[in-house]
Amino acid sequence: MEPAILPDILALILALSLAAYVLFGGADFGGGVWDLFAFGPRKQRQRDVISHSIAPIWEANHVWLILAIVLTFTCFPPAFARLGTVLHIPLSLMLVGIVLRGSAFIFRSYDSQEVRAQRRWGRIFAIASLVTPLLLGISIGAVASGRVVENPGGDFAARFVHPWLTPFSFSIGLLALTTFAFLAAVFLTMETTDAELVEDFRGMALFAGVAVFGAALLSLSLAPGQAPLMQEGLVASAWALPFHILTGVAAVVVLAGLWLRKFRLARIAVGVQVLCIVGGWALAQYPYVVPPDLTIAGSAAPDVTLRLVVGILAVGGVILLPSLFYLFRVFKSGPADRPERPARGHFNG
Amino acid sequence: MPDLLAARSQMAVSLGFHILFAVVGIGMPVLMIVAERRWQKTGDAVYLELARRWAKGTAILFAVGAVSGTVLSFELGLLWPSFMKFAGAIIGMPFSLEGFAFFTEAIFLGIYLYGWDRISRRAHLLAGIMVAVSGAASGVFVVIANAWMNSPTGFDMIRGAAVNVDPIAGMLNPMAFQQTLHMTLAAYAATGFAVAGIHAFLLLFDKENAFHRRALAIALLVGGPAAVLQPLSGHHSAQVVAEYQPAKLASMESHFVTGRHAPILLGGWPDMDARRVRFAIPIPGALSLLAFNDPDALVKGLDRFPRRDWPHVPTVHIAFQLMVALGTYLALVALWGGWLAMRRHDHGSHRWFLRALALAAPMGFIAIEAGWTVTEVGRQPWVVYGVLRTADAVTPMPGLIVPFLSFTLLYCFLGIIVVWLLYNQIIRSPRPTEWSRRYSPTSSR
Ligand code: HDD
Ligand code: HEM
Ligand code: HEM
Repeated sequence: MEPAILPDILALILALSLAAYVLFGGADFGGGVWDLFAFGPRKQRQRDVISHSIAPIWEANHVWLILAIVLTFTCFPPAFARLGTVLHIPLSLMLVGIVLRGSAFIFRSYDSQEVRAQRRWGRIFAIASLVTPLLLGISIGAVASGRVVENPGGDFAARFVHPWLTPFSFSIGLLALTTFAFLAAVFLTMETTDAELVEDFRGMALFAGVAVFGAALLSLSLAPGQAPLMQEGLVASAWALPFHILTGVAAVVVLAGLWLRKFRLARIAVGVQVLCIVGGWALAQYPYVVPPDLTIAGSAAPDVTLRLVVGILAVGGVILLPSLFYLFRVFKSGPADRPERPARGHFNG
Repeated sequence: MPDLLAARSQMAVSLGFHILFAVVGIGMPVLMIVAERRWQKTGDAVYLELARRWAKGTAILFAVGAVSGTVLSFELGLLWPSFMKFAGAIIGMPFSLEGFAFFTEAIFLGIYLYGWDRISRRAHLLAGIMVAVSGAASGVFVVIANAWMNSPTGFDMIRGAAVNVDPIAGMLNPMAFQQTLHMTLAAYAATGFAVAGIHAFLLLFDKENAFHRRALAIALLVGGPAAVLQPLSGHHSAQVVAEYQPAKLASMESHFVTGRHAPILLGGWPDMDARRVRFAIPIPGALSLLAFNDPDALVKGLDRFPRRDWPHVPTVHIAFQLMVALGTYLALVALWGGWLAMRRHDHGSHRWFLRALALAAPMGFIAIEAGWTVTEVGRQPWVVYGVLRTADAVTPMPGLIVPFLSFTLLYCFLGIIVVWLLYNQIIRSPRPTEWSRRYSPTSSR
């Protein structure tokens, strides 16, 4: 393998695992958002479908984030050190969110089914599901805006707050939140056989689709002043136009699919759309891992390490991908609330 | 509180919290698959109920393990950026392998917990086996990374940077084998005895309950052999530590002065300034014998090391003694159980044995915390032994006491909830009264 492209390959894999996290883990967070905004007479049933569809898979989906972290510190150690230092505050807060989301979800499933207990855990679960994507987006926005730099001379605010506390970062936070909610609602339309609930989720999806559009416009309008690299990549570069067209087409297909109740189509198109958003960010940022100074080649670990990681990924993938496929086939080949589904783990025979 | 101390404390709290759940994630799947297999073979529904009840508990504990593990992966960068910058390329290997192990574990746990009625019996048992194997593998890989911090290999230091990196050599470091062996045994011993202890305690009040009797038998089967092997593996660990980290060994034993025919000191309080140990009972020559297989071997004392390279001796010494004491107790109880089994005694009716087991319930976990204290505090002041000082690895971020206290509070809160839920929903909840009536002594083993 040509050594010079090795770091690029790993950067690509890193971007892919983040994309997978957004696609799968993101949808689980989005489910929590809809738990918070469940509405109307079928509130409780909406929440049940959400909970049943997340339960068996969220932990596996969550590992995509861990994979991304491990790839970062193994393949681009200086970038990991930089992110941990400069983004200490938003990342720590995000961790609190991750901890509360996961544990409140499981506590809700196993605590007494009495309404008060359910409400309490449900609320923590939902709020954490709302805050965590915001903070993830803020951190990504900070990286994209090229402000994550070491500044040993600066005061506390200059070093640890200003890099991420910007309107642009927050707009990316909003984009992440709305995208996750959008994904979740689109996926949820296929998780139930109950026609009324399908309509509810369809409404949520259409609403979230519009919100994603708004958040994306906001980020794009803030980019010129605050994220020059994104501006250049997403507006001025040669690949920008075809890319925007692809993203736009995908977005229109999702909305059309929802409108016409072609949910399978909408589900595929939303995947494409989200891949485009993450891919656009990654491409605009190329060749940097952490702009403006840490390049992919410049911060890459030695070739031996990279080569071994590629080997592990290849071998691991052979075990992992069929297993993941199996997981989704067992739980996602039909609606999550199909009637023969027994109550959690109870002994019934 | 100085920032370095806050960072160390946050790391210690996070790891000390995570390890409890990680250990359950390694041990419980084995218990569940044994119970499920017995159900499939005998058709005895009590076993199925056991497997399901255990699976419920494991689901809660696994989720908390997963989120606290996520916190740890980030904390490596949030608290120790320079360490990761230095070590990432070398120890990324075991962490990447661990990532895959997590993935398989999480996938098959999802299938196991929620797939009871969606897949065939065989597929279900197989999913359980996958969880058990990948759980053990995650533990092994992450401990290999830790062993590298104790005995770093696979690179050359040139002007403060690692060059000639060889991640495979890093994984095959001299401490890797004994640490992973000792940790894996510890996981089975601790989980086995905790489960056995709980069911033994319940049997004291409800002695005819077939449910608890069968649970006890399975838990002892998993925990007992591991507990017997643990002192042997620990002895081997100590010998490797003596060779590669003499300052840690000297602190474990409070061995201040280099000398031959070195004693083991039972108990006592080491005084770092006076350089001696008060109130200890010495066993002459025992340390030389245990560490180097020769009662007259020379054992390096702390006097061979500058004071700034000493760990906090009393912490290491007391933690070590605690682990060994608990380990001895567990091994003896396990041997007693084996002896009872050989004489065809019924474990579930031997009240003194049940009492001894109930007492042992928390001991494996306490020993694990103590053992990690020995390993980690004993490595100080180094984060990578002999290469990188903890003080040079810490983040420049000030005010670290805030995240330390926040995460500590968060974990206290979670800990309380988990215990409360396990008690209310798993241990106490729907009493399987019908099992008590179906009790028959011969089939309980
Ligand atoms: C059930 C838990 C348990 C029990 C019963 C024991 N240990 Fe242990 N011990 C651990 C759980 C543990 C541990 C928590 O798993 C450690 C921490 C790091 C490691 O690899 O294992 C450990 C570390 C550890 C170390 C330090 C290794 C290092 O620094 O790398 C030594 C020397 C021993 N043990 C020795 C013993 C002896 C002589 C025991 C005799 C009874 C014993 N252990 C029982
Ligand atoms: C710096 C140290 C550590 C880090 C960074 C770490 C990281 C993690 C992460 C990210 C997870 C979550 C995986 C998931 O989502 O399923 C996890 C779970 C787990 N970890 Fe750790 N871990 C550390 C220490 C340990 C140690 C010392 C052990 C065991 C001996 C261990 C064993 C496990 C196991 C078995 C799991 C599976 C989940 C469970 O059963 O709770 N980890 N760890
Ligand atoms: C889960 C079992 C573990 C426990 C209970 C544990 C416990 C501790 C404790 C008590 C400290 C603080 C030591 C001190 O500063 O005096 C510490 C520090 C640390 N541990 Fe561990 N540890 C565990 C496993 C690991 C593993 C598997 C790794 C990495 C691969 C690791 C990496 C670190 C690091 C980087 C520090 C901070 C630097 C230092 O204080 O040396 N630990 N741990």
